[in-house]
Order: sequence, then C-alpha cells, then structure tokens
Amino acid sequence: MTHRWLPRTYLTLVYILLYVPIVVLVVFSFNESRTGYAWEGLSLRWYEALFNNRAMVAAMWNSIWLALSAATVSTVIGALTALALHRYRFRGKKLLNGMLFVVMMSPEIVLAISLLALFLLVGLQLGYVSLLLAHVTFCLPFVVITVMARLSGFDDSLPEAARDLGASDFTMTRTVLIPVIMPALLAGWLLGFTLSLDDVVVSTFVSGPSYEILPLRIYSMVRVGLKPEVNALGTLLLVFSLVMLMLSQWILIRSKR
Amino acid sequence: MLSVRQQPFKTAVLVLVWGWLLFLVLAPNLLVVGASMMTRDPVSFLSLPLNLDAYRQLFDPLYLEVFLHSLFMAAMTTLVCLLIGYPFAWALSRVGKQRQLLLIFLLIVPFWTNSLVRTYALKLILATNGLLNNGLMSLGLIDEPLQLLYTEGAVIVGLVYLLLPFMILPLYSVFDDLKQEVLLASHDLGAGRLSTFIHVIVPLTLPGVLAGVMLVLLPAMGLFFVPDILGGSRHLLVGNVIKNQFLDARNWPFGAAASIVLTVAMAFLMFAHRLSKRRLGEEGP
Repeated sequence: MTHRWLPRTYLTLVYILLYVPIVVLVVFSFNESRTGYAWEGLSLRWYEALFNNRAMVAAMWNSIWLALSAATVSTVIGALTALALHRYRFRGKKLLNGMLFVVMMSPEIVLAISLLALFLLVGLQLGYVSLLLAHVTFCLPFVVITVMARLSGFDDSLPEAARDLGASDFTMTRTVLIPVIMPALLAGWLLGFTLSLDDVVVSTFVSGPSYEILPLRIYSMVRVGLKPEVNALGTLLLVFSLVMLMLSQWILIRSKR
Repeated sequence: MLSVRQQPFKTAVLVLVWGWLLFLVLAPNLLVVGASMMTRDPVSFLSLPLNLDAYRQLFDPLYLEVFLHSLFMAAMTTLVCLLIGYPFAWALSRVGKQRQLLLIFLLIVPFWTNSLVRTYALKLILATNGLLNNGLMSLGLIDEPLQLLYTEGAVIVGLVYLLLPFMILPLYSVFDDLKQEVLLASHDLGAGRLSTFIHVIVPLTLPGVLAGVMLVLLPAMGLFFVPDILGGSRHLLVGNVIKNQFLDARNWPFGAAASIVLTVAMAFLMFAHRLSKRRLGEEGP
C-alpha cells in the first residue's frame, strides 16, 4: 500500500473527535470555576457538592439498585430463553425470535409508550416495579444473543450424553449447560447493568415520583443551563462504565481461550 | 413428544419466556395500535368510538411541518454518519487484526457511557462562551462568538455523535467480509478504481449501508433529549412530539399514531435490508 498514512490519519481524526467531548467533561469536572467555561484551577468542589446533594445521592442508589435487579432478572430470563431456543422444539419459535428482534430494533420511544400504555391499563403504579419490568424487557434480547452465541459454539453431544445417563433436563442444565454459558451470563449481566444505568428514553415514560433515578435527575438538571456537578457525576459514570465494559470484554476473551 | 409431566423444566421455562414476551412485548404493541384508533379522553386517556382521526391529525400542517423538519434532521444525521462512517469502516477493516480489536473497543467505549452526559458535554463545547467559540476567538478567526447552540446544526451534531457507531459497526462487518481477491479480480479484468468502487464495492457493501441507515435514521427521530439539551424549542424531533402528546397533552391516540408511523418506517427499512441481502445471495458467486 502506498497511501498507508491516509486511512490512519483519518481513523485518528475521527477518534479524536469522538473523545474530545469526553476529555473536556473529565477535565472540567476538576475545574474550580462556577461557570464551567474557563479554567480557574484544580478543585474537587463539584465532587463534594455532588455527594452533599441528598436527592442526587438517593437517585444514585435507586439507579444502582434498579440496574442490579434488572440485570439479574434479565440474565435469568434471557439465559432460559436462549436455552429454550437452542435446545427445544416448540411451536411459535419464529414468533418468539421475532418479538426479541422487534424489541431490539424498534426505536426506544416506541417501546416506552407501549409499556406506559400497558402499565396504566392494568393499573400498575409507576415506580420501581414498572421500571424493573421495562428495563428487563429492553435488556432481554442482548442477553439472549450473548448466550446464544456461546451455545452455538458448543458441542451438543455432551448434554445428550448427560440425558442418556439418566440426568433430568433440569439436572443436565444445571450441571452441564450452566457452566458452559457462565462467561456469557456474566457478560450479559454486565451489559444489562450498563444498559439499565444509561437508559433515559424508556425511564422517562415509565417512572413515577416515588422512585427517582439518576438519568432523570441529570435530565432535569441539564435542561436548564450548565451544572458543574454534572461534570463530576459524568466522570464517575464514565469510569464506572469503563470498568464494567473492560470486565465483560475480559471475561469473554478469557473464556474463548 | 414427552408430556408436561415428564418435562416439568421445559414447560416451566417455556411458560415463563412466553408469558414475559406476550405480556410485555406483544400486548403493549397491540395496545398502541388500538390506542391510535380510539378517541381522546381527558379522564381515562382513551375512549370509543374507533376512528382514524389521530392519523388525520398527523397531516395537520402544524404537525406535518414538525415531522418534515424532524425527518430532515434525521436524514442529515444519517447522511453525515454515512459520509464519516463509510471510509472509516473501510480503513478500519484494513488495519491488522490485533489492532482492529482494540480500535473497535475504543469505538464502543464512549457508547457505553451515559448518552445524556455525553450530550451535555457537547454543550460545554458549543455554548456561546464555550470552548469552540473561545478557541476560535483566541485564534483570531472570529471577532464575536457564533451562535452554535440551539440551532439545527447543534441537534444534528448531537445526533451524529450519539449514533455514529451504529452506522460504523454494520459497515465494518460488510467491509470485513469483502474479499481482497474480489477487488484484485476486478482490477485484473480491467476495471479502474472508480469502476471497481461503483460496480463491486458499493453493491457488496449495500446491506451494511442499509443496516446502518436503519440503526441511525429511526433513533435519530426518537432521541428527544438531544433537541431538549442542544436545540432549544424550535428544532423538535418526532420523539419530542410523541413525548409531549403522551406525557403533557395527554393526547394518547395522536402520540400512538405518531409512534406507529415510526414502526411502519422501521418495518419498511427492514424489508429493504432483507431484499438487498437476498439479491446479493442470488447474484453472488
């Protein structure tokens, strides 16, 4: 290749553009300045302000609790769905696949209003439960795909052997399949956790005043002007997501060896 | 086939999975279809009789203008994503395998971080006395700050920033499958660079382009928080209209009808994507 430098320069340029806003956010979170535009010296005051903000800390715990539970429930149901799709023959398999595909592909706002309509129709009070049901639903297809990918690379003779030796379906799943899909379960769980923690669109519709979560708190803050605390919070969330993402990649890569 | 009694585990799994999806995916979607054809009601949100008034309302000049404006911004977003993403995916598929993994990881990282926070970070840069204006002024390129925030451009920049990887990843996957031999063959058969691009590369990467368009165009009409933060009140998306109709104006039939239009658009794009893949399958080697 004669023009090797051209594609490389282009790649680098796009990466710089992608990362500039994030770098700006992190740098400004340590800025003393109140207006948040000019650099006025190093300070941790916005982190302090963040943790002294009671509503913010409460929303943070709510969000973490919601993400933990949504990730766990969606991992269990998603893994069972993947196992069912992989192992069982049953009627309506295409419809099941289709529904998962629709959840993944349809714009978030479409999912959001359909769930709101459902919750109000059945009289479910908007709060933790409605958020949990909604978050599990949009995390589900991602867990299913992660687990399916793992199962498709796995030799089917082992579960068959277990069944032939007299293990019940449940025992076989527990002792043979679960260990095999463990890395995918962990990766799926981490994925669900991050998706839940970051969601704005669906949560806007299905949350109620009884359970305020972080993205909605941030949303109401950033709509009116600039808030330096948001820089600090954004930096914390960034570090957190980064750790989660690296963990899930590490698990997946290690399991392939 | 074994009966329910002999396979309690299978039965339990299937009941749980079906129950969840029917109750939380199928039922709500049917509900929205139903809601779009009902009449607005201030107390219970919806009432009979069934009619198509909500769909007619979509063509009200006031809303039609918002929709067309939103479609324009979404189309611009998609175009910019394609123009940046196409050469990017191409270049990405040409670097060494080991480095490719790292680069893809770097591409995904920002997109697992809170999208609200990233939109807000753009505000720091685009504001009147933000970094970009300050930078340009200190370089002496401009004398007074430009109005960058609360413009159509700011909304498009925000949407591109949030959606770019959804264009790049499907494009990358088609470029990754593109065999070097095919390009060499085209060259050997006497095709020039431009001709190879038009007759070989573009058709082979078309499914990736359509997948990318699908993943960018529709979300670009739904991400209501981007105009809220960067666009002010004049540059609304369909998402903002749906949100207002559902949460503020309490006009459910209209909000539902708008959302169905998005769903139909999605179905149409998915169909086009399938078609392009099938055509490749038939004509391919």
